[in-house]
Amino acid sequence: MAEENDDRQFPRREFLAKVLQLPCSAAVVAVLGPLAVSAEASEDGSEASELYYGMGIQVDRCIGCGKCVEACKAENDVPREPYYFRTWVERYVIHNDGEVSVDSPLGGIRGFPPLEGESEVLRSFFVPKLCNQCDNPPCVQVCPVGATFKTVDGVVLVDSDYCIGCRYCIQACPYGARYLDPRTHTADKCTFCYHRIEQGLLPACVEVCPTGARVFGELGALASPLRRLMRMSPLQVLKPYLNTEPKVFYSKLDGEVR
Amino acid sequence: MRIWRIPDQVIRLAVVLVAAVVVLVVVRGRFVPPSFGETGHYRADAVEVATAQPLRYAGWQVCIDCHDHEGELKGRSFHRAVSCEVCHGPAAAHAEDFEAQTPLIPRQRGAQCPACHEYLSSRPTGFPQIIERLHNPLQPCIECHDPHDPTPPQVPESCAACHAQIARTKAVSHHVALECEICHDAPVEHREQPRSFLPKKPTQREFCGGCHAEDADSQAEIPRIDLAAHGERYLCWQCHYPHHPES
Repeated sequence: MAEENDDRQFPRREFLAKVLQLPCSAAVVAVLGPLAVSAEASEDGSEASELYYGMGIQVDRCIGCGKCVEACKAENDVPREPYYFRTWVERYVIHNDGEVSVDSPLGGIRGFPPLEGESEVLRSFFVPKLCNQCDNPPCVQVCPVGATFKTVDGVVLVDSDYCIGCRYCIQACPYGARYLDPRTHTADKCTFCYHRIEQGLLPACVEVCPTGARVFGELGALASPLRRLMRMSPLQVLKPYLNTEPKVFYSKLDGEVR
Repeated sequence: MRIWRIPDQVIRLAVVLVAAVVVLVVVRGRFVPPSFGETGHYRADAVEVATAQPLRYAGWQVCIDCHDHEGELKGRSFHRAVSCEVCHGPAAAHAEDFEAQTPLIPRQRGAQCPACHEYLSSRPTGFPQIIERLHNPLQPCIECHDPHDPTPPQVPESCAACHAQIARTKAVSHHVALECEICHDAPVEHREQPRSFLPKKPTQREFCGGCHAEDADSQAEIPRIDLAAHGERYLCWQCHYPHHPES
């Protein structure tokens, strides 16, 4: 009997343990399941998608006309005040004594005035700036509610219906690419014109760039203007030491550019 | 036979646990948006919101569907890479219904052209630039230049039309009196098809030596050097900038 009892006890204990485990584990799966699944999806989602977008900027072609800034504001309904930009153009001026000055009047939307004191200038050039669509985006890491995120095609977007306007992402962006929209009090930034690229169009800034300084495309496509640029030019990204892995690549970029 | 009975404290704990799980599930269901987590740690619907944003710029392919003459003309000109909406402004509404919106037609002088073509020393050299104050004042640009085919009405006489920065640098240097052609052998075609016919540059030290060597047959005030001793294995322009040699 004792042996039989022992035999029965063991399965019963196991059975009870399993019975107790079942509802608990079911509840845990029900509650946390989507989170666990989502973490997996975002990790290999990038590889699953064939589209992965990037931009190349040929610094030696930019003429500082500001058409891209104007087009971006018109296309994306960016506030006209001169401190809200999704893209803007900076002029770097390197003086004979090695001093570097940067100006960007109104973000370059009306172009640039002639340089003053040209005899003291060693060289000067224009650098278009925008959200670098980092592959390892600090702004996404700091968002406390998951309102900014990287889509499967690599574009970092802001969910303005879900954003609580805490400005963490604006602080976290090392490129100064984000602003707080004064109308909605939510964060906003360049989306690579997501609504355009989804239709096979170019981002507005690329569409209007008169010299082809901006090149847009899929990073994986073999025959594309972006691929050719990446094959032919020495490329740099901004602030590579931050490991943000930007997907905006600059060709012929001067080392003075921050 | 022992009667196994669940202790009261375990039952109480279980009730609390079940209640906590129910509250968690209800609260999560209420506050987490429906599409959250479908494709990542975000609302999947937000991607659709971003995609649904209306267009303002139609894109040049749409424009040339109707304006095929301009498209063809522009496609063969220097402005082939310049999209229609650079000068005419955003025209998606016009593309949708051509009566709904009339795009900009910049006819006045200074309306659009100087935004790109006004001289700025920071612009890349070779990009055609003018100084608007001095370039045929008071005449609208389109009087001489067709914006869809902006080939200049006359072939530019002066190299400064495109190489303004070099011209201005040279203008304040000791080389001011030297014509560009003295050093650059530019084919005539370069003026019409600048990138297909490139001008030549000197390749040997002896070229500069033609004026600057000790035994050169040139004016006395020109600085002289001993070609054999000066600069060793370097070419002249590896140290001296020929357009501003004293800098």
